[in-house]
Amino acid sequence: MSGLHELLLLCVVLTNFWVLGTTRLSSTIRATAIQGALLAALPIALHPSWSIHTIGLAAGTFLVKTVILPSFLAWAIREAAVRREIEPLIGFSTSLALGAVAVALSFGIAQRIPLPESDSSLLIPVALSTVMVGLLVLTTRNKALSQVVGYLVLENGIFVFGLSQVERVPFLVELGVLLDIFVGIFIMGIVVFHINRAFDSLDSTRLTELKD
Amino acid sequence: MQLLPLILLPAAASGAAYLVRSVRLRSTILIGTAAVHLGLVGRLWGDPGSPVPGAWLAIDPLGLLVLSLVSVLFLVTGVYAVGFLRREPPRGGRVFVTGLLGFLAAATLVAVSHHLALLWVGMETTTLALAPLVYHRHDRRSLEAVWKYLLLSSVGIALALLGTFFLAAAQSWGHPLLLEDLIAGATSLHPSLLRTAFIFLLVGYGTKMGLAPLHAWKPDTYGEAPSLVAGLMAGGLTSCAFLGVARITEVTIAAGLASFVQPLLLSFGVVSLVVAAAFMIGQGDLKRLLAYSSVEHMGLLVLGLGLGGVGPYGTVLHLVNNALTKGVVFLAVGNVVLATGSASADEAKGILRRLPVSGVLLLLGLFAVTGSPPFGLFLSEFTILNAAIAQGHPWIALAVVVLLAIIFVGMASVVLEVVYAPAEHPAPVDRESLLLVGGPALLLAAVLMLGLYVPLPLHRMLMAAAQGLGVAAP
Repeated sequence: MSGLHELLLLCVVLTNFWVLGTTRLSSTIRATAIQGALLAALPIALHPSWSIHTIGLAAGTFLVKTVILPSFLAWAIREAAVRREIEPLIGFSTSLALGAVAVALSFGIAQRIPLPESDSSLLIPVALSTVMVGLLVLTTRNKALSQVVGYLVLENGIFVFGLSQVERVPFLVELGVLLDIFVGIFIMGIVVFHINRAFDSLDSTRLTELKD
Repeated sequence: MQLLPLILLPAAASGAAYLVRSVRLRSTILIGTAAVHLGLVGRLWGDPGSPVPGAWLAIDPLGLLVLSLVSVLFLVTGVYAVGFLRREPPRGGRVFVTGLLGFLAAATLVAVSHHLALLWVGMETTTLALAPLVYHRHDRRSLEAVWKYLLLSSVGIALALLGTFFLAAAQSWGHPLLLEDLIAGATSLHPSLLRTAFIFLLVGYGTKMGLAPLHAWKPDTYGEAPSLVAGLMAGGLTSCAFLGVARITEVTIAAGLASFVQPLLLSFGVVSLVVAAAFMIGQGDLKRLLAYSSVEHMGLLVLGLGLGGVGPYGTVLHLVNNALTKGVVFLAVGNVVLATGSASADEAKGILRRLPVSGVLLLLGLFAVTGSPPFGLFLSEFTILNAAIAQGHPWIALAVVVLLAIIFVGMASVVLEVVYAPAEHPAPVDRESLLLVGGPALLLAAVLMLGLYVPLPLHRMLMAAAQGLGVAAP
């Protein structure tokens, strides 16, 4: 079983690049759905003891991150009739390159983080690089919906980091975390929908009326 | 077990408010829940209950202070909300009350949870519960505000979650993240992981507090949200976020890392004061002005925390004063907005003639919020300055005095003009409803009392809370 979680973690990194490199919004949403499924499989691969804790976590994650949120976001772009991310602040090839830098950086940092016992040597670097990719997408994309996807990726990175602590954070709390993230993204999706109606665009760069 | 009802009652009331169609019944639910909540919190002052080892929910002096502030402010805001919803178009009344009660439940969870991950859950819920209220007016400007609020707060709170996981990694025992365990076993925490956790948690909860330079959402959100929501945020939400910062500071100082923690807190404090002073000069919007004032007061809170000595006492006293004063000024400005239709200082000129009571409240609120004697904020700011000098930071003390003076001038020039200048479009005197002026007047009286005399039970509670924060390691 030890090889399986390494494979899953590598696939998480690949989905990060998918999110970074694609222009079609529906495609980025599909990437996050797949990333969600990978994350749901991770706790089982890491702790193959089949406790209620890991199974509940996996099922909850799959339901929220692979089924509900992606279909909700897909509904939002269908209603809003937007297809593509246009001209982000940083071009797609540059953001892919930055993504690669983020991965290299994460491996460097992870070696210097003295974590007591880690289940997998890949866990921490993958978590950190996913967090960085999430922040990158959040800050460089113009479409409000892409920013929601960036936030989702950021949360996924933190989730992977949390898996290294899965024995210490009890089930109830994890459910609370998952629920909060779910509701947060749900509210963001509703706001995105309203932005589209009020501004005829999902472009968050048009949100510039408020300033000093 | 007396704590669980405190959370479940407003949560259930929030659901009930969503289902109820009658406006009258909904108002009754809102005020009734707020009053019962305050009553239950008041009982905790008499009998805090014996601590149960390993309990996730527990009450301690600092938590009880924050809980009481939220509860008092909520009752005042709730009564005001009933008057406000009568004047505003009825749209959103249902969502409005539901969101308010949801906030009360989440804020209570933050105040009583001694499990740091549970505290995170509560904190995120407070953010989400208030988001629909920021969007109350359903126009482009409030849409922009709610987007910035959600995105920035969510990223901040996500970083706080990362910090919480780092904290979990720093401890070598297998227990959940209970505050008591963390403080008792602080010296066995892994120092560099604890430092990382502290930075992430400070940045995360600091974003929610609105410390500069993490305050970008604050002026927009306070400027566009209905005033009573902004007041609840500036007095209640920020106090909860401060509690998050205070908890991790407690743990980190107990681990003997005071020399790492204090410079960080001090620099956030000073930068917040500088930013507030810079943006308050010439600010033409009353609510944005108050938002920068909130940045200022958050800066003072962490400044006192970072100074040590009598600083933590000043901080907890300031926490109380700030929450009550923010209630006064935001609700007074809310009345101005209801009368003139905007928070712009130009439109509101001559408000004293039109709204005599709210005008006086705004004027006295100005003196209170800028820390003039004899109001409570003077006392707490003075204590923090005292701590700065006693702890050997005379330059910080000097900088704070200069910045506070600039802030006073910046605020006074706007507010005095609004209150006294002749109106451009003279309007007859409005009848001011008791629902809209009663609450802020009571809060103002409380702030005035705290400046003259701190009641003994409160003083004891403040001392106990400050002791928890000020255990400086050698």
